[in-house]
Amino acid sequence: MTLEVSNISVSLGGFEILKDIAISVPEAGMTGLIGPNGAGKSTLFSVISGFLKQSAGRIQFGGRDLDGTGAAVRARAGRVRTFQVPREFRHMTVRENLYAAAPDQPGEHLINLLIRSAKVNLREREVRQQGEEVLDFLKLRKVADVPSGQLSGGQKKLLELGRVLMLKPKMILLDEPFAGVNAVLIAEIVDRIRELHAGGVGFLIIEHDLEAISDLVDEMHVLNRGMLLASGAPQAVLDDARVREAYLGGAVQ
Amino acid sequence: MTAYLVTIFIIVLIYLLLSLGLTIQYGLTGLVNFGLVGFFAIGAYASALLAMNGIPMVVSFLLASVLAGLAAWPIGLVALRLRDDYFAIVTLGFSETIRLVIVNESWLTNGVRGITDVPALFQGAASSAPLVTVGVLLIVNAAIIVVLQRIVKSPFGRALEAVRDDEIALTALGKSPSRFKIEVLVLGSALAGLAGAFYGHYVTYIVPDQFVPLTTFYIWMAVIIGGVGRVSGAIFGTVLLIGLLEGSRFLRDLIPAIPDTEMASVRIGAVGLLLILFMIYRPQGLLGDFTKR
Repeated sequence: MTLEVSNISVSLGGFEILKDIAISVPEAGMTGLIGPNGAGKSTLFSVISGFLKQSAGRIQFGGRDLDGTGAAVRARAGRVRTFQVPREFRHMTVRENLYAAAPDQPGEHLINLLIRSAKVNLREREVRQQGEEVLDFLKLRKVADVPSGQLSGGQKKLLELGRVLMLKPKMILLDEPFAGVNAVLIAEIVDRIRELHAGGVGFLIIEHDLEAISDLVDEMHVLNRGMLLASGAPQAVLDDARVREAYLGGAVQ
Repeated sequence: MTAYLVTIFIIVLIYLLLSLGLTIQYGLTGLVNFGLVGFFAIGAYASALLAMNGIPMVVSFLLASVLAGLAAWPIGLVALRLRDDYFAIVTLGFSETIRLVIVNESWLTNGVRGITDVPALFQGAASSAPLVTVGVLLIVNAAIIVVLQRIVKSPFGRALEAVRDDEIALTALGKSPSRFKIEVLVLGSALAGLAGAFYGHYVTYIVPDQFVPLTTFYIWMAVIIGGVGRVSGAIFGTVLLIGLLEGSRFLRDLIPAIPDTEMASVRIGAVGLLLILFMIYRPQGLLGDFTKR
């Protein structure tokens, strides 16, 4: 199945942020979305994940139009995003963050607390079990009971990935997973992404650092000033004169 | 003197129901409800009117609570799409609207003259009625505290904390913050309605002037002084603030030099000073602000 972004435009306050974007993202693939700051990458992410409504164009998945489905519904359908600036539940511990992300919890309905406590407890045990697996997978066990607001930037990025994993997603949309993260932790995150990808999870990754991402992805799309500049294999895209110009401001010929 | 202390204790226990409602709404979920007194008023008038029309008081109390909760539901639907500060304004406006409706619909509520013959609680118990009232209120409060503690520790309570911390993140994880917010608004308002029913039948007269926003802010002060987001904070804050507010009434017997009318201002002034001192020296409240740990 493929995520089809067709002719998406977004205007906010009379300002055209995205113009006629068309990309195709295979669900189990490894796709990069790059471009300089302000190119519209996060805006496109918000449209795809249902947080922002496009002015024109369509988002389709497996041939079905996603228009009219909200952000929460799209997440439940298995395509889950993270944020450029991590949005951890800051007063909650790392463990609680993971538990809160788990889907289909009967205990989140008041009525079930009264009349179906067996069901609630059963699911809660599963959620906690899964939480432990994610803690181990992301090596977050040391900070498991630390209020997440106190984590380092890199750990917060890992926690966001961890919360997404609690949903057992088909596809993960990462918004700058390496921004503000130290080199050791970047290598760690890259390893985790590869491992998940090998297990069948697809990725769409925003990054403005070309080097960090070109090794990782199979295909790249470059945005610049709200327009799609180039698409293709990483090396071909990096060699593209227009891409170099966008990044280096036309200083090098 | 004993009778007086029992009176203060009853008022504290009634207000504690309001504080517990605000604790789950604001302390746990982050909803800035400035209209608490509106739901309190709905409960007081609903139970009084039902009981005066021959409905048994147990039923009228339950219906008052349900009605106050139901009144919160449409507000939740509309207002929770608003930003926090607008939500605060809408709820404040709602409580004032309720008061003005009570003032103007005199065919039902007897307007500004109020209802002066609300059936008293536990008339059958005669002289020991106040003590029975204390007992019942203690049991009701204890039961609600037990239930709230269970909710706080449940997956539902965990989701409420997530709503308070970051609604957008919760949406991105496939959940609906507004669903949780509406349920909590209804739950807290039902508690306020129950408090209103107790209040009306205890004081046996109700007039619209008893349901001004000041009451809402007393509850806010109590919750802030005690420590936001903790059930224990709500209890301490309510006992301290309402005990002080009501208890200072008998200061006038001790300090006869100040006339009654001025004493009222002195009391409010003292509470204001207390709140300012708390803001300066202990902004997290007596027991600490759970939301800012």
